[in-house]
Amino acid sequence: MKVLCAMSGGVDSSVAAAMLRDEGHDVTGVTLKLWGGPSDAGCCSVADVDDARRVAQQLDLHHVVFSFADEFARGVVEPYVRAHAEGRTPNPCIECNRTIKFDVLLRRAEQLGFDAIATGHHARSVDGGLWRGADRDKDQSYVLHMLDAARLRRVLLPVGALTKDEVRARAAALGLRTSSKPDSQEVCFLPGGGRDRAAMVTSTPGVVVEDGVTVGAVPAVELVTIGQRRGLGLRGGADPRYVLDVDVPARTVTIGPLDALLTDVVRVEDATWVDGVAPTGEVLAQCSAHGRVTPARYESGVVTFAEPVRKVAPGQSVVLYDGDRVLGGGVAA
Amino acid sequence: MLGYLDHAATTPMRPAAVEAMLPWLGERFGNPSGGHRVAQAARKAIDDARDVVADCLGCAPREVVFTSGGTEGDNLAIFGARNPVCGATEHHAVLHAVERERGRIVPVHPDGRIRAEAIPGDAGLVSVILANNEVGTVNALPAVPDGAVLHTDAVQAVTWLDVADAARAADLVTVTGHKIGGPQGTGALVVRGRAALTPLVVGGGQEQERRSGTHDVAGIVGFAAALRACTDTRDETVERVRKLRDRLADGLLASIPGVTESGTRDTKVAGICSLLIEDIESEALLFLLDEAGICATAASSCASGALEPSHVLAAMGVPRDLAKGSLRLSLGWCSTDADVDLALDVIPAAVARLRERS
Repeated sequence: MKVLCAMSGGVDSSVAAAMLRDEGHDVTGVTLKLWGGPSDAGCCSVADVDDARRVAQQLDLHHVVFSFADEFARGVVEPYVRAHAEGRTPNPCIECNRTIKFDVLLRRAEQLGFDAIATGHHARSVDGGLWRGADRDKDQSYVLHMLDAARLRRVLLPVGALTKDEVRARAAALGLRTSSKPDSQEVCFLPGGGRDRAAMVTSTPGVVVEDGVTVGAVPAVELVTIGQRRGLGLRGGADPRYVLDVDVPARTVTIGPLDALLTDVVRVEDATWVDGVAPTGEVLAQCSAHGRVTPARYESGVVTFAEPVRKVAPGQSVVLYDGDRVLGGGVAA
Repeated sequence: MLGYLDHAATTPMRPAAVEAMLPWLGERFGNPSGGHRVAQAARKAIDDARDVVADCLGCAPREVVFTSGGTEGDNLAIFGARNPVCGATEHHAVLHAVERERGRIVPVHPDGRIRAEAIPGDAGLVSVILANNEVGTVNALPAVPDGAVLHTDAVQAVTWLDVADAARAADLVTVTGHKIGGPQGTGALVVRGRAALTPLVVGGGQEQERRSGTHDVAGIVGFAAALRACTDTRDETVERVRKLRDRLADGLLASIPGVTESGTRDTKVAGICSLLIEDIESEALLFLLDEAGICATAASSCASGALEPSHVLAAMGVPRDLAKGSLRLSLGWCSTDADVDLALDVIPAAVARLRERS
């Protein structure tokens, strides 16, 4: 097959490209330039492009760089800023997968005559279905839940069958320069972490309220997340307090004890399903990238958990599984 | 089949340049700054090269400063200048140097050329590209305010224009080796009369204290040989390549709907065909062209290899959406009918395919 392999300059996508080449596919490597500016950190820095290109050279693969900076700004960064402004907790990696890698890039690949695209995600794409990766600790099926069967048939995830240790061992055996490169942690367009985020998102000082009484203050209501415990300007001593609600227009953060944070239900919006059909009945639910998996029931937009869970922050994705198979998911309302 | 249509990025070495360099990559050597016979032989080689460069560029030998190429020449001309001014369509080697000197970047006419009235009266240095690297537009060098120094980046012009004549009004002229069939990493800055330079590189005081560092004898010799060959064959090259370019441009304009030339052809050097193609993305087109053996580019590239929106097209008022479909096909001294045939075969089909599948 003619495969366009997204190469970020990290070890997983380096090994993905090598595996596909060794399976006899006609592989072209592509590195995406997503974020403008002179930044030399984050996922599309010059240094990462260098790593991706050097690996491609070593594997004797053609390598290209595509710039999707406009699409990334529109599809990922602007919604991220907007969600924070509304007091929600966005997941930009999911939006990047939804709007860039498995949309703009997939369409570009088809336009250029590729049969499939590949990435270094730890998940398994089999016959139009999506399954958890072999390495449970590194599983990334959560951030790929928006893929439908038609797309999955054109998406290869070769490292999903390996553990991370196996990936690094293969990279080392091939002598790839990325074999010991650390995993990326930060949001790629916020290499400076919270500092960059604070610069991007409007900050409105707000009050922290418990039972109608003001007990603390925050510098930016927009950056407070449901379930958060720290940074609320509280005096110590009491039992742990958690953010229960964020109301940006009212500039108010409501807190309470752990049992007030617990819920057994979350409503999901904008859901997509791998098979195109919403499930009904027993499922497993996961509400953050490496979060706990909880038995639940799903009925028309409402997930009811079999046991109480911490309230899911609006904006976070709720992904439903049948065993290890991804059913799909949506965004917590 | 390979159709190389990116000569404005770099062009193959001329045989004369290779031949001139080879002894200096083998048995001949020497530091031209030394006193003994080995050194003096190397000295003679660069002195001869300097005479050739001066003759071809219409200046005195003492006015030639050998550099590592266009970027260094542009930087050397501008750094340290008082109130530098340039047009928005300049090469980044000029734009970023002017920015660093806190100079001014002024708008250009939609044809890409700077007008004398756009130049502020207090400018201390005015930099005007002789032939634009993206669209090929040739500037008539404007009159500059009294006391101002005129610099021209002639990097893209030398293959096509008699720079000795076209840049005779300039105090500073940047040229480079690798755009004319010489080696990469070579070039010269012509420094006439009153232009004062602030050296970028200090040390042993070579090039009359204007550019220190041991001379690259092989490079200088190759550069001079390429410039000699370029100058001696220019008229026939221009005539021959202009016909190729016109056939290429006319053929593409006739066979692809929704395509226009950026700038007007009669203001361009003979080697550049610069197109704006509606409803396609350059990045995708260049990929298909490369697959089919056509080497070309959109506008300019950044260090990561990603395509950046063209500042030249933006300065000429081309809307961003249309600029996304820009294609620069650049011919050179050794371009052939076969290059054009392949391009005429491949490009319309690639554009049609992208539009079909978009």
